[in-house]
Amino acid sequence: MEFLTPESWDEALTAKALSPDALPLAGGTDVMVELNLTARRPPLLLDLTRIPELTTWSLTDDGRIRLGAGVTYRQVIEELNDELPGLAMAARTVGSPQIRNRGTVGGNLGAASPAGDCHPPLLAVGAEVEVASVVGSRLIPIDEFFTGVKRNALSPEELIAAVIVPTARGPQQFSKIGTRNAMVIAVCSFAIALDAHHQTVGTGIGSAAPTPIRAHGAERMLTHALKSLWQRRGPLPEDLVQQFALNVATAAKPIDDVRGTAAYRQHALTVMARRTLTWAWDEYWSTGEAAA
Amino acid sequence: MTTTQTITHTGRIGDSAQRPDGTLKVTGQFAYSSDLWMDGMLWGATLRSPHPSARIRSVDIGPALAVPGVHAVLTKDDVPGLNAYGLDHADQPVLAADVVRYQGEPVALVAADHPETARLAAERIVVDYEPLPPVTDAMLAVGHISWDTPGQTGVPRVHPEGNLVRHVKIRKGDPDPQADVVITGEYEVGMQDQAFLGPESGLAVPAEDGGVDLYVATQWLHVDQRQICIALGLGPEKVRLTLAGVGGAFGGREDLSMHVHACLLALHTGKPVKIVYNRTESFLGHVHRHPARMRYQHGVLRDGTIVYVRASIYLDGGAYTSSTPAVVANAGTMGIGPYDVPNVRVDCYGAFTNNPPCGAMRGFGTVQAAFAYEAQLDRIAAELGLDPVDIRCRNAMREGSRMTTGQLVDSAAPVDELLRRVQALPLPPPVDPTQLDLREQPGGVSNTTHGEGVRRGVGYAVAFKNVGFSEGFDDYSTARVRLEVVGGEPVVTVHTAAAEVGQGLTTVIQQIVRTELGVENVVLAPADTQIGNGGSTSASRQTYVTGGAVKAACELVRGEVFDIAQTCYGRAVRDLHLVDGKVISPAEGGIGSLADLLIGTPVERTIEWRHRPTYPLDPETGRADAHVQYAFAAHRAVVDVDTELGLVKVVALDCVQDVGKAINPQAVRGQIYGGALQGLGLALMEEIVTTDGIVRNASFTDYLIPTVLDAPPMQVEILEYADPHAPYGLRGVGEPPTISAGPAILAALRNATGLPLTRIPVRPEHLIGSVGR
Ligand SMILES: Cc1cc2nc3c(=O)[nH]c(=O)nc-3n(C[C@H](O)[C@H](O)[C@H](O)COP(=O)(O)OP(=O)(O)OC[C@H]3O[C@@H](n4cnc5c(N)ncnc54)[C@H](O)[C@@H]3O)c2cc1C
Repeated sequence: MEFLTPESWDEALTAKALSPDALPLAGGTDVMVELNLTARRPPLLLDLTRIPELTTWSLTDDGRIRLGAGVTYRQVIEELNDELPGLAMAARTVGSPQIRNRGTVGGNLGAASPAGDCHPPLLAVGAEVEVASVVGSRLIPIDEFFTGVKRNALSPEELIAAVIVPTARGPQQFSKIGTRNAMVIAVCSFAIALDAHHQTVGTGIGSAAPTPIRAHGAERMLTHALKSLWQRRGPLPEDLVQQFALNVATAAKPIDDVRGTAAYRQHALTVMARRTLTWAWDEYWSTGEAAA
Repeated sequence: MTTTQTITHTGRIGDSAQRPDGTLKVTGQFAYSSDLWMDGMLWGATLRSPHPSARIRSVDIGPALAVPGVHAVLTKDDVPGLNAYGLDHADQPVLAADVVRYQGEPVALVAADHPETARLAAERIVVDYEPLPPVTDAMLAVGHISWDTPGQTGVPRVHPEGNLVRHVKIRKGDPDPQADVVITGEYEVGMQDQAFLGPESGLAVPAEDGGVDLYVATQWLHVDQRQICIALGLGPEKVRLTLAGVGGAFGGREDLSMHVHACLLALHTGKPVKIVYNRTESFLGHVHRHPARMRYQHGVLRDGTIVYVRASIYLDGGAYTSSTPAVVANAGTMGIGPYDVPNVRVDCYGAFTNNPPCGAMRGFGTVQAAFAYEAQLDRIAAELGLDPVDIRCRNAMREGSRMTTGQLVDSAAPVDELLRRVQALPLPPPVDPTQLDLREQPGGVSNTTHGEGVRRGVGYAVAFKNVGFSEGFDDYSTARVRLEVVGGEPVVTVHTAAAEVGQGLTTVIQQIVRTELGVENVVLAPADTQIGNGGSTSASRQTYVTGGAVKAACELVRGEVFDIAQTCYGRAVRDLHLVDGKVISPAEGGIGSLADLLIGTPVERTIEWRHRPTYPLDPETGRADAHVQYAFAAHRAVVDVDTELGLVKVVALDCVQDVGKAINPQAVRGQIYGGALQGLGLALMEEIVTTDGIVRNASFTDYLIPTVLDAPPMQVEILEYADPHAPYGLRGVGEPPTISAGPAILAALRNATGLPLTRIPVRPEHLIGSVGR
């Protein structure tokens, strides 16, 4: 197995163009597991850890965060908790300290597992994935990025450069079910983002369909129902919360597997949707954001 | 490769002496068996069956042999001795012959100059299988259509002699007793794995005499040696084993894994051969805890007195015998728990199936039964409106009770005291809703609840376990103790074949020697087969048996030293002691220092030491003095359950255990913490899931063991009621907490949810019956 070590982004893109079957390597927390368990034997590894610009984030002109593909969970937690609270909450649930030190958001997108914890919060805020090749770069809306179980919209010559994430314009929540209290792959997960500015609601569901998905119907229903409520200071009507939760569960297409049953996942999604909406909305009106 | 450890940390019996290997382990310098290395060595790889049951039509090794770098490809035809091994009964092929009986069964071996080459070559071997329908249900396998009811015909035979490995019958008292209230329950236990972190590994080195030296992580060198000799067709003088660094065992290394394979490849190629399993192969390559299906019926009086227990227990032994017969005996003889019940009828069956082979694991048959009998005790309490601790104390076994086998319990059995004491320990405070700390919530940092749906429950359990090998097994250990003066200082060297697997036997041996011989500097020779059998590091027995052997050898050495001292002194002196390297007498003071007495003449004694004998079970009634000693532990669990999501936080897991004598209190606590956590794992998450004999989660991604955030605070109280039959009065420590912890957690979960919860591990979907649906 050959090991390529580009020192710059251009070098990396050139290497990928020349060897489209090279497997990118960021933190290695997915790749090395597959290698160790002999599940995968790529002919070439393309090490991206020597490219400085991948590991930084910046503010874009339109006020979004451009998160380099090599930004780790630890960076997200320590540096972006206020700007990207949903993603930071998800990052806190990932693996263990060692994994959060090495694992990257770009690697999570690269692996494109339906259980990847970054995906629901990125879906909930409508992030865009910036991908590049020697030919140029393009932006892929996050809900077009996941194309199948562990498959994404990258072409073989492309690499993920960054993910561009709108900063929070309202409370966000992330919640994940696992059968132990840490270091666990999501049995299912749910993210919600309230946008008080545009008066919209975003959602993301993990591990309950072949890909991470949004609950479009639930988002539409709730956005519509909230129209008259954003200015009111007070809790949501219970039947609205319940309706939202049921709509979220209907969006999911879970299966039975070794981690949980389809029925349990569906049930858990209603509970998580209900609770996270309540937490987010209560934070919204009780902290005075309603007046803003 | 072999290390001799010199000890500077001192400590005697009753002190929390430091482990000789502690610093190396916490600093990452300890050499585990997977670290073994030799220049010019080859790497072995194993081709395993993908089918749980299949006929092998042909094996073509040609494509593997053609891979550059490959030195050997071996199949069953290359096994020079008997192609069979096993602990109790040699029925497991070294390499599969005409059939494979479980997924993962070894079929062929490759040695190559690189592990990757060996693995790739193994994949190129072409095996033509004819898959057969697997037998996967233990009750059906033994031909039962329901509990204790024969009648199923046409079940394929996993082995020609049939699918029943053993049926233990316990018959005590009145066969037809009358009771006021009858409680019947059915229970199921999933397949737990030992989940040791150091994978199976070892290095076989061919020797000039045509023999082989094997360095391997194991629990029992001599039983390995016996089986390897038979398979290789070599005598014991040609097959020499040395213990390599063991990264956990818990029963999973009592059976052979890569041992014979590495030796075959080494002898065939004339080169050292190393084999290391990866995690997936490890899950397929060792035995697990027997899954169980159990039906219990308790007949009780209105006041809570248990009149009778009837139990049917089916243990799935998987494809080969391993230690199933002894596991069946344990589940059978201790199947009603530490309770004094006049009338008992237990039928315990061990079955062959095409599921993964099951054998030894911490608790060894008693763990499964404890889930059932303790659930029954809580149901009785609920039915009669009694307190769960009261009902247990009312029926508790005590010294002088008779076991289900009729055996007299002839040393302390403080079951009621353990329960009362654990009940009296302070309870954790209720969760403060104004101080939200996600780590304290069910679901942890995954942020699933801020208190919504959470209910607290408290539960109790008590359990017991035999210590040492039972049923007439000649259970002994060999110890050589040598006292000499080196550089003017007395030094003791201890040689045994007993395996240190992380439990701390080496520490205990040093403490015993310091106590018995008054010498601080105690060197442990590597455990190997150059000395006699040390017996298994299992059944909570090494401190008792190898500790007993070391103590006895020290006594002989001491006697010899006193003889020498008196000779030098010129006359007999009574009441001699060895203290700080000196022989002294209270009446006459110093008689002489070891440095002076032993110049140039080491004193060395070797002894085989046995615990008192045990006897086989009567095949019809189970009557016998079958066990050596019992050890008891009680647990109280406090849990918070998210009753809407079925997630659990164990808030506290407190234990009181009688250890007879705490040779090393810190090590005792370590065993209790770790044992309890392993019990928690089985209660809440640890299960090898199989479908039609295929393992679906052979990795730590989906075989979950508790993390530090799942580990609750544990208050531990240690009682020391000496057993007069045991060295220092000690009792085995390692297993009891594993047995009682899980049932206590289940009791607490039932208390929180009101659900019956009859299957473990409990899954979230089992816990959401009450609210939110
Ligand atoms: C013990 C453990 C616990 C874990 N727990 C969690 C968890 O709780 N939640 C969770 O979501 N995940 C978890 N993971 C999985 C993993 O840590 C995450 O998916 C992580 O985000 C992967 O990032 P990485 O940088 O390590 O990626 P790598 O392993 O380096 O790469 C992952 C994939 O992305 C591709 N890739 C990486 N960078 C790029 C790029 N710039 N362009 C194109 N492709 C790229 C790689 O080729 C590979 O296919 C866990 C893993 C382990 C070992």
